[in-house]
Amino acid sequence: MPSTFEMGDYQTAHTLETFGFLPSMSQDEIHQQIAYIIAQGWTPAIEHEHPSQADSDYWTMWKLPFFGETNLGNVVSELEACHRAYPDHHIRLIGYDNYTQSQGLSFVVFEGRN
Amino acid sequence: MSASYQAGVKEYRQMYWTPDYVPLDTDLLACFKCTGQPGVPREEVAAAVAAESSTGTWSTVWSELLTDLEYYKGRAYRIEDVPGDSESFYAFVAYPIDLFEEGSIVNVLTSLVGNVFGFKALKHLRLEDIRFPIAYIKTCLGPPNGIQVERDKLNKYGRPLLGCTIKPKLGLSAKNYGRAVYECLRGGLDLTKDDENVNSQPFMRWQNRYEFVAEAVLKAQAETGERKGHYLNVTAPDPEQMYERAEFAKELGMPIIMHDFLTGGFTANTGLAKWCRKNGMLLHIHRAMHAVIDRHPKHGIHFRVLAKCLRLSGGDHLHAGTVVGKLEGDRASTLGFVDQLRESFVPEDRSRGIFFDQDWGSMPGVFPVASGGIHVWHMPALVTIFGDDSCLQFGGGTQGHPWGNAAGAAANRVALEACVKARNEGRELEKEAREILTEAAAKSPELAMAMETWKEIKFEFETVDKLDLA
Repeated sequence: MPSTFEMGDYQTAHTLETFGFLPSMSQDEIHQQIAYIIAQGWTPAIEHEHPSQADSDYWTMWKLPFFGETNLGNVVSELEACHRAYPDHHIRLIGYDNYTQSQGLSFVVFEGRN
Repeated sequence: MSASYQAGVKEYRQMYWTPDYVPLDTDLLACFKCTGQPGVPREEVAAAVAAESSTGTWSTVWSELLTDLEYYKGRAYRIEDVPGDSESFYAFVAYPIDLFEEGSIVNVLTSLVGNVFGFKALKHLRLEDIRFPIAYIKTCLGPPNGIQVERDKLNKYGRPLLGCTIKPKLGLSAKNYGRAVYECLRGGLDLTKDDENVNSQPFMRWQNRYEFVAEAVLKAQAETGERKGHYLNVTAPDPEQMYERAEFAKELGMPIIMHDFLTGGFTANTGLAKWCRKNGMLLHIHRAMHAVIDRHPKHGIHFRVLAKCLRLSGGDHLHAGTVVGKLEGDRASTLGFVDQLRESFVPEDRSRGIFFDQDWGSMPGVFPVASGGIHVWHMPALVTIFGDDSCLQFGGGTQGHPWGNAAGAAANRVALEACVKARNEGRELEKEAREILTEAAAKSPELAMAMETWKEIKFEFETVDKLDLA
């Protein structure tokens, strides 16, 4: 047992599900996750929402999912365009897996401010 | 064609050993590992198993002639050596689908592992695998929700679910118990769990536990912004009380309940799964008593059969061992039945102990749960072995953290996400385990402390039940 003085105090964090406990990703790290989504054959998609509404299942879709998109650069530009259009919103990237009819990956790329 | 009646005792193999039989797509197939008494021929043993688990009895009876036993009888149709074992052999038996009531795992097991297991001509008998025909699978309701629906309900994608069993198993008051739940959930776990033997003892009655736990879950959810749950154990002395507890969990707004399918029994389990589907509740399944049935390599029922039966009876999670933790479980064999829980088609593969092709059709998948003696150092191996569609539960590995449950939970969450991220980046988790965890710990004092605490703990014992491989 550490003494009370050495013991850390864990502060509850407001987090946004997958990767919420990691430090924010660098651009390069985000690119690697997009590359993973594309390599799995999943469909990249973007959603955004104001932090006050973020509890809902449905965030607003940015355009349509990018069916057949295999160019990493295009996905990055769409993420940035969405971020420019909604600078105070959370923006998440999704990889739709049509075989499992689920999302193979979903994580927040830009965090909005409350 | 009518036959004449001759009273007396016939050898089983005259009627039940049919080596030329080609099984039908609708037959239920079973593979038994048989160890006969000395001097009894293999064909006779195999035929006896087929007979005693279907239409036969030890003596001819006149009323057999009132039906068409050629249509209803089970048939032993193949015998195979067990690699490396001269005493035992595999017997393959085909059963016509009409021998079984639709949607009744109870009925299937009562036939296949009924009286025959006490049969004197056998020293040991083990049910190794069952091939359920798709026609039968379609009569079972199966998991109330399934993997994909649970992910949608809980909003968890692209990673395994993270949980923990609340400790100590027994003796906490309801309020202190809820405290332990709250700390785990605010620290970053998705789910916490009642221990299997927490039902409704004098020190903590179920209503009190449910109320305090519900407060803990809802508060953690509000503070973290993430969806949370606690498996409220509804296993009870009788079905009426089981349903009463399930209803109360729902009333409190809880997303998930739990049941012990072997001690509770398949009738209770199937009924509860139906209730969960009707009421939109997730169902976690524990497997107390399984090792009594499945651990002996020559007698009993292999867990892959129990896992298949549970998927048909209904459950959204099932404990499947950890491969790396404190409890028994060979890697290839574990992966074999993990596939049976999750996939829609599993091909025969003897190197994983799978004796038949198994088509699951549209039956939803079950999350395999890895739990028991695991800690952060196991995370890279667990993510590799079980993949995303699993639930990883660290009991002592969360609550044994020197700074408490919340810090322990955060350590595990950071380790899990670091492993998933690294895997997605194309890194080899098991090879680079130390680097990946060390990098993540540089940004997480909770993880650094967990790694220091558990650095020496390993559970390296040979498994008792190994696969029979040449």
